[in-house]
Amino acid sequence: MRLRIAAALTLLAFPAWAQTVEGRFGSPARFVPQSGEGLYADVCQGCHMPGGVGAVGAGRYPALAADPNLASPSYPLTLVIRGQKGMPPFGSVLTDEQVAAVVNYVRSHFGNNYADTVTAADAKAAR
Amino acid sequence: MSDADAPTTSKPNASKIRRRDLLALIGTAAGSAVMYRAMESLSLAAESTYTGPIKLDGDPKGASVLILGAGLAGMAAALELRKAGYRVQVLEYSGRAGGRCWTLRGGDTYTELGGATQRCEFDQGLYLNPGPWRIPYHHHALLDYCKRFNVALEPFIQVNTNAWVHSATAFGGKPQRYRQVQADFTGYVCELLAKATSQRKLDELVSREDQEILLQALRGWGALDQNYVYNANLISGNRRGYDKDPGGGLSAVPIPSEPIALSDLLKSGLWQGLLPGANYEFQTTLFQPVGGMDMIARAFAREVGDLIRFNAKVKSIRQDERGVSVTYEDTAGKPATASADWCLCTIPLSILSQIDMNVGAKMQAAINAVPYVPSLKVGLQFKRRFWEQDEGIYGGISYTDLPIRLIGYPNTGYGSSGKAVLLGAYAFSSVYGYEFTALSPAERIAKALEDGAHIHPQYREEFENGIAVAWHRHPGVLGCSGSWTDATRAQHYENLCALDGRVLLAGEHASYLGGWQEGALLSSLDAISRLHRRVLAG
Repeated sequence: MRLRIAAALTLLAFPAWAQTVEGRFGSPARFVPQSGEGLYADVCQGCHMPGGVGAVGAGRYPALAADPNLASPSYPLTLVIRGQKGMPPFGSVLTDEQVAAVVNYVRSHFGNNYADTVTAADAKAAR
Repeated sequence: MSDADAPTTSKPNASKIRRRDLLALIGTAAGSAVMYRAMESLSLAAESTYTGPIKLDGDPKGASVLILGAGLAGMAAALELRKAGYRVQVLEYSGRAGGRCWTLRGGDTYTELGGATQRCEFDQGLYLNPGPWRIPYHHHALLDYCKRFNVALEPFIQVNTNAWVHSATAFGGKPQRYRQVQADFTGYVCELLAKATSQRKLDELVSREDQEILLQALRGWGALDQNYVYNANLISGNRRGYDKDPGGGLSAVPIPSEPIALSDLLKSGLWQGLLPGANYEFQTTLFQPVGGMDMIARAFAREVGDLIRFNAKVKSIRQDERGVSVTYEDTAGKPATASADWCLCTIPLSILSQIDMNVGAKMQAAINAVPYVPSLKVGLQFKRRFWEQDEGIYGGISYTDLPIRLIGYPNTGYGSSGKAVLLGAYAFSSVYGYEFTALSPAERIAKALEDGAHIHPQYREEFENGIAVAWHRHPGVLGCSGSWTDATRAQHYENLCALDGRVLLAGEHASYLGGWQEGALLSSLDAISRLHRRVLAG
């Protein structure tokens, strides 16, 4: 019973919004965060989930964790810019620098340890 | 606009960026209407081609149809095909009929992809429509089914002139009344045009005779005074309202209100909030089902619920010259097969593009060509109707350039003294939609409260609970609606809709009414008409 009251009180509190990613909600027209980590948290994890674990429902969002498809950087570069199937294209709302940053982030996190990196020039060439 | 908060240090040309953002903002125009337009071919109005209940005359001779998906497209097809003599079965992924025609009420739980479960804490009778929430008067098919099923409708208020239009960066963040922005914008435009006419600057464009008519029209249309000036007086007061309303008895004299200065009005961008309600799809009269949008889904389910196998996840769709065979799994992962002569598939393309199926290359390419737009809705319960009691807002929508985009007030139960739920955010098809999706449900609600409190400070005292649905996290849809461009339509649309052997697709994604229930129904009725002709042809 005490637990139940505590839960009810929590519900009545006015929850505070905390800006955990610099630049989030910074513009209606483009994503503002610049770091790969920030962009992943601001955009990618909406579907690919925190930690890149993916999700399964009637369809699935591929896990990015320990993903052999990321071995070649051109694959994620193209996917982020042009989209594929249900994945929307993000080329028009990310700069070349942002595309490179998020690709480098995903390829070096979540159990992916690809040492090579891409540059803004690579992103530009992939458009 | 909100770009003022955005770091621009990595950009060499800040003014250029601001302009780009401004243009994009105009494109998003504080609401979904213009974004629909941006995605759709401009040459096509969102008009329904429905001409009355479908007539599938002729004997299908026991032909069978397997329908995938129990949303409105699937259930309408099931209803009409069974009536026409087909043997029909329906497979549905979820445990509920209706698809995106859906309503959340107190006691409902919703688990999104990623595992977050929300329990809706709304009071009895209060609800959120996470998907569609309004029905234009010209969505004839949907309205006809409502009539046939006795689904009670009530007016949905799109334009409420006493609601707010708001920009974080205009008028010190103070919201302005829609009525005043509309009156002032129209008044100034008319005054300027009247000046140009009087100064003979339109002589090459308009005949002298027509100029006289134009001047009279501008004076009336813009609420201008006898000198064709838009000013604080009782004429403009009759449009924008008064500082003191007309009364009775001794202190009855009305006091006119001062218009917003033209330059402030233009720079504020608030005129964008006037645009959605001007569009065909949002013009008066709109409707909503009494009690929640899923009253329509429930009505369909009463008709065809016996045909639906729930909790059936489609794994593959295979056809040959004799028929179609679909493998599916129940929630325990137990495999099963359903077969029929024909298959009508209404599975969203975000999911269908991942399902193993042997259709032709053209249809497969079309299935793979349509990404899904994001959408976020947040329902917020408050202790009282402060928007009515304190601000005189009865139904309708306030627009803002904050990420929540709009606040939708309940279009029912006016004047009741108890609790109420409003739509606290509707971020459709924008960067903000993706950003909301990437948050946890609790964070989405907190952000909706943070933004909304700029327009209604009462939020802080009156908030009780909320629920947030981001459609890319919805396990049965993986997105809000199909996102076509002119280029993808030209290349793929007909291939998506054409019969491929024994497989036919339907749903809002196979329509020019993207994201609308009417699109789902018209697509379905068109598909089964063609299928029926094909069956009768033998």
